[in-house]
Amino acid sequence: MGPVTRTIRALFALMCLAAPARAEPGPAPEGTAQTFVIGYLRRAENRTAISRVNLPAENDGQAGAQAGLDDNNVTGEFLGQIFSLAAHRLKPGEDPAQALADLEAKGARFVLADLSAESLLKAADSPAGAGALLFNIGAPDEVLREESCRANVVHVAPSRAMLADGLTQYLLWKQWRKFVLVVGSHEEDRLWAEAIKRAAARFGGKIVEERMFADAGGARRADSGVTLVQKQIPAFTQNAPSYDVMVAADESAVFADYLPYRTWDARPVAGSAGLVPTAWDPSYEQAGATQLQQRFERRFLRPMTALDMNGWEAARMIGEAAAHEAAGDVAAAKTYLLSKDFALAAFKGQKLTLRDWNLQLRQPILLSDGRNVVSVSPQEGFMHQFSELDTLGLDRPETKCRLK
Amino acid sequence: MPFEMTLSDSRVDRPRPSRRLLRKLLRVRATAGFLGVLTVGPAFATDAFVSNEKGNTISVISVESMMLKKTISVGQRPRGLVVSPDQKTVYVALGDADKVAMIDVKAQEVTGDFDAGRDPERLDISPDGKTLYVTNEDSNTLTFFGIESKERLGGARLGVEPEGLAVSPDGKVIVATTETTGMAHFIDADRRKILANVLVDARPRMAAFTPDGKEVWVSAEIGGTICIIDAETRKIVDRVRFEVPGLRAENVQPVGINISRDGKLAFVSLGPANRVAVVDVKTRQPIKYLLVGQRVWHAAFTPDGKFLLTANGVSNDVSVIDVAALKVVKSIQVGESPWELVIPGEAKP
Repeated sequence: MGPVTRTIRALFALMCLAAPARAEPGPAPEGTAQTFVIGYLRRAENRTAISRVNLPAENDGQAGAQAGLDDNNVTGEFLGQIFSLAAHRLKPGEDPAQALADLEAKGARFVLADLSAESLLKAADSPAGAGALLFNIGAPDEVLREESCRANVVHVAPSRAMLADGLTQYLLWKQWRKFVLVVGSHEEDRLWAEAIKRAAARFGGKIVEERMFADAGGARRADSGVTLVQKQIPAFTQNAPSYDVMVAADESAVFADYLPYRTWDARPVAGSAGLVPTAWDPSYEQAGATQLQQRFERRFLRPMTALDMNGWEAARMIGEAAAHEAAGDVAAAKTYLLSKDFALAAFKGQKLTLRDWNLQLRQPILLSDGRNVVSVSPQEGFMHQFSELDTLGLDRPETKCRLK
Repeated sequence: MPFEMTLSDSRVDRPRPSRRLLRKLLRVRATAGFLGVLTVGPAFATDAFVSNEKGNTISVISVESMMLKKTISVGQRPRGLVVSPDQKTVYVALGDADKVAMIDVKAQEVTGDFDAGRDPERLDISPDGKTLYVTNEDSNTLTFFGIESKERLGGARLGVEPEGLAVSPDGKVIVATTETTGMAHFIDADRRKILANVLVDARPRMAAFTPDGKEVWVSAEIGGTICIIDAETRKIVDRVRFEVPGLRAENVQPVGINISRDGKLAFVSLGPANRVAVVDVKTRQPIKYLLVGQRVWHAAFTPDGKFLLTANGVSNDVSVIDVAALKVVKSIQVGESPWELVIPGEAKP
């Protein structure tokens, strides 16, 4: 399905959603519409989860981007602008630089990237990357915002440090100061644990013990079910020093979801299970969010995830640039997104803006228990001279990013 | 409601105790003031109707005594309110029931309701009282209903999440804002067609015409501004910006706009800043910030223009502002999550 067919389908879907007997929208004269092809580049590998209710949908992230383009297209009817999505999913071993070049050949200058840090840098540093503005929606790695920051990569996804700071502020507000940190055996688990340790040190929490949960391999689901887990987890968590909360660093989804209700001591769990910091949660209803949730669910027949929200926000950022006549080229869009005129309304209770030192989107962090949003960080009392949102993540004075 | 008290008290909310004290002090002074109002008050009973978004009720406040008088159960998620030009009926948008309910001002009872399309949020009415305008937030539509027939007359397709509504003093033009699209749409009230689309700052919530009909003021909740649009050229001519001492810019989120009948002062509700800004309409500069309850949404003048009542969504109360003194003189506890209020004047034949 080509981008044009996709647009027609998107517009048709929009028309179906609108009230049955609608009046004229007052469209721009035919033939004068400005068109924007937005690229979407996806990693080859599937994300996984322990609980089957958390297994991502086939269109996780891309549906969010499409929802953002749908919203842009409604506005576009009044401005004579049409947005379409050109999506490509990498095959295992496929070169992301070539994939980006292929998207560029289809006219995409703005490209949403759900890629690993390594693939993202490969794409950004390629010849095709030089003429593109990439929107990182799927990689939380600090290094992309720090030592390896790039002038052509905007980070919509919150970084691990932002997520860890958002969680830790709340834990300390609750006066749960003593953490037992349980870390998985994969590299991304270690990086997530680093962010939690940094947050604890920064805000006055204490890691009283750190344990590693080794991934012994094997399937996450087995016919023998929870019997084994029920024996394994209490044993694994016993003999801990006095603590308030168990914080799990398990991005690889190997063990964290097994911790709640099974710890040796009766303690809450946070981090990768229990109370989880996130960019979005399908239960979130504040600041008018219900409308976006309903719009998304009607269109895609499933709840909206954090990756979807990152995609929506990226698409809306491009839409805002276009509405303000700043999407003609990549440089103009970047200038606009960094200007004082840019403010993204994303149902998070305050405007989202870009950090000019590393192109990271400033944003509140939601804390979800999997059913409801328990709180939204930054917490009250965590002050900042410029923006309280900058109490989340590495701040300007700490950054190692030098944008060229 | 002990549960609620624990929730709000456990929040680290520093200004609260001091404001309580302040309010207590003000209340003492206010009592004296209101005795005066009582004696010179209008002959008809003036009541304020407050929509409680979470409580699913309408609180009725006696303006003479500034006391809660009655609570009316009204249906799921009442938000937008408008008074009929004859001052006899209050229309209530019920967002989760997809209906508009009617309340008889005198009897203070719900007299009926009708289907109003998906998620009706705000309401306005034509000056002749014949047509009700409804923004359907969930279906990108401004819908026109015949007041007599309660039938849908037609609609105008707008941007994403229509919300704010204003009708020009001559009734010819309707302005509707769309939150995610970020526009003020000018609509021909007779032909139900869009005349112009004006891009404004982020998340426009409310529109208001100046009494002379020459300007449209649009509040941008996330943008933190009021965009002033020339009603003739339909272009932004200026912006009002707010700087509340001691508050971060992102907490200043303009929503409600109430312009005094003489067109001199605009009162802008600043949401989580817990303040109402008083703006000199001529110079377009804020001249004072009045501390009201928490998360102030919308407000309404008493028919004599002497007081402005504000609906405070988080503290579940209504603040009373003395317009001449530019002071908050009282707060009145109402239902859960008050959102908008209207104060009908003397009924017309």
